[in-house]
Amino acid sequence: MKNPFVMGCGEFHVNYKQDMAIWKISRVRVRVMIMVALLAIFPLIASDYIVGLATLCGIAAIGAIGLNILTGFTGQISIGVGAFLGVGGYTSAILTAKLGLSFWIAMPTAGIITAVVGGLFGLPSLRLKGLYLAIATLAAQVIILFVISRWDTLTGGTAGMVLSRPEIGSFVFNSETSYYYLMFVILVITTIFTLNLFRSRVGRAFIAVRDRDIAAEVMGIDLFKYKVLAFIVSSFFVGVAGALLGHYTMVVSPELYSITVSIEYLAIILVGGLGSVFGSIYGAVFITLLPVFLRTGVELLSGVFPDLSNVLNGMKEVVFGLVIILFLIYEPEGLAKIWKNIKDYFKLWPFSY
Amino acid sequence: MAFFLQMLVTGIVVGSVYALVALGFVLIYKSSDAINFAQGEFLLIGTYVCLTLITAYNIPFIAALFIALMFSAILGFVIERIVLRPFIGEPVISMIMATIGLSSALAGLVHIIWGHETRVFPQIFPEAPVRLGEVVISPVYIWSLVIVVIMLVIFTFFFKFSKLGIAMRATADDQQAAMSMGISVKTIFAVSWAIAAVVSAVGGILLGNINGVNASLSAIGLKVLPVAILGGLDSIPGAIIGGLIIGVIETMTGGYLDPLVGGGLKEVMPFIILVFILMFKPYGLFGKKEIERV
Repeated sequence: MKNPFVMGCGEFHVNYKQDMAIWKISRVRVRVMIMVALLAIFPLIASDYIVGLATLCGIAAIGAIGLNILTGFTGQISIGVGAFLGVGGYTSAILTAKLGLSFWIAMPTAGIITAVVGGLFGLPSLRLKGLYLAIATLAAQVIILFVISRWDTLTGGTAGMVLSRPEIGSFVFNSETSYYYLMFVILVITTIFTLNLFRSRVGRAFIAVRDRDIAAEVMGIDLFKYKVLAFIVSSFFVGVAGALLGHYTMVVSPELYSITVSIEYLAIILVGGLGSVFGSIYGAVFITLLPVFLRTGVELLSGVFPDLSNVLNGMKEVVFGLVIILFLIYEPEGLAKIWKNIKDYFKLWPFSY
Repeated sequence: MAFFLQMLVTGIVVGSVYALVALGFVLIYKSSDAINFAQGEFLLIGTYVCLTLITAYNIPFIAALFIALMFSAILGFVIERIVLRPFIGEPVISMIMATIGLSSALAGLVHIIWGHETRVFPQIFPEAPVRLGEVVISPVYIWSLVIVVIMLVIFTFFFKFSKLGIAMRATADDQQAAMSMGISVKTIFAVSWAIAAVVSAVGGILLGNINGVNASLSAIGLKVLPVAILGGLDSIPGAIIGGLIIGVIETMTGGYLDPLVGGGLKEVMPFIILVFILMFKPYGLFGKKEIERV
């Protein structure tokens, strides 16, 4: 068998089928399979803390892929992801805790309810775009959060609600490792679905809307339908991520879904790469681990600067803001592009292009 | 009736501060097509600088105000030069994310330097309330209104008669034409960021005198969005009228509806209005309608 980690020396497609394939050459498929297998066995050797972090990264990645469908692929900026995560989390919480339904029904329902809410707040996209739409989604964020924190009888108000871990028969997903696998399966399904979505008619329509909406309309794409559809598909995954997050942390409360979360998700897709499925995953890992590394760094330096830990929260914000700005200035296409550049370097080596 | 009038007066004062901050916001949008999500942090920094000068260095209020405004202007210049200049002509999302990143970084700096607790300005305006018929008004409110009106008049004259003001209007109208008339568009961008930082600082200092200063003051930065959208994103008179309307509606909601729903509606009301404006009249009361050509 050929070594799967040897790079192909260029892409030579002779028909459309080859051009549209997810894995351009069979070696890439083997390579991806090996990576997936490594990710699948890694919790068996890693510590609970690391597996927990990986779970958080994965859940963020599911939500980020959802947001990327809307913002990266369809070009509709949304500053309301935080609230949509909240809708997902709360739907699942209410269905499991108040109505006693099982997690396996509650999670897809959370996705569907969030999709409906997302579609509803996508309706203004009929008339608005760019900046104005971004502001409309910001209003969605504020209003949804207000409803959640005031509808005491349903949501428990500002105190929030307590959730339980999902179970199959007598097996409860209590350990970090088991929840990691639950997240992993859903992340893989999300990734495969999204990769295939953008090989389909609907996905191409999304991209056409992003690139030039008027030109897309001239070519017969129903703008309104596809914009709202993008909101619906995107919110579905965000809702699923919200439900997963709720059952993982076992608590939902309004302050977990503030505008900071929306900004964090926007930063994820921006740092990862707009319009890149794998980029969303890289971005999610990067942004989720950033505060962790920062804290470790501060702890290491606390011997030299003992006051440093007092300003950790402020420093987190500063670093977060700087990361966004620096990526925007130096690599607007994000980590996905950086990774591609590295691969291209080896693909073309020893020539520069 | 007295309650209504009281609410009206409070609303107008709060609204006039919104108008002032929205003015800076609209100015940036008009000149460089950028939405500034860091407006709230500009406000916060200006306020904290003024407060620190007064409390830690015992500088008289007027001098402290002047230094704080100078500082804000320089801050605006520097930020435009370092952060925003690379994004001229970039897609909307880059611009939005750049200012969001900026706001996060500035908010972090404020937390590091000044911490989280609420601070109060020392007594600057006289304390004894003024009675107008049935309405009781504290002097801070009157002074705020006076200062805001003076600022707005100054800016109206500035845009109408000064060379720089006319250049700014020309740039907002048509960048290429302005360039060909020898106007440095880059200078205009820098000046509009500086002015935006200055007016936010004034707004922040006034609000800080009324309510005390803490990090939540920067929420004004988001509340300016409904104001600017209501008036029309590119209209300066629109920002002023929009500010007054939103201020009054918000205070009225706080007075009449909040007791019914248990509070919190006051903060959300501007955004509910925002959704309706966007649905029915997206370019606001005075905004210029964008016509797209293929």
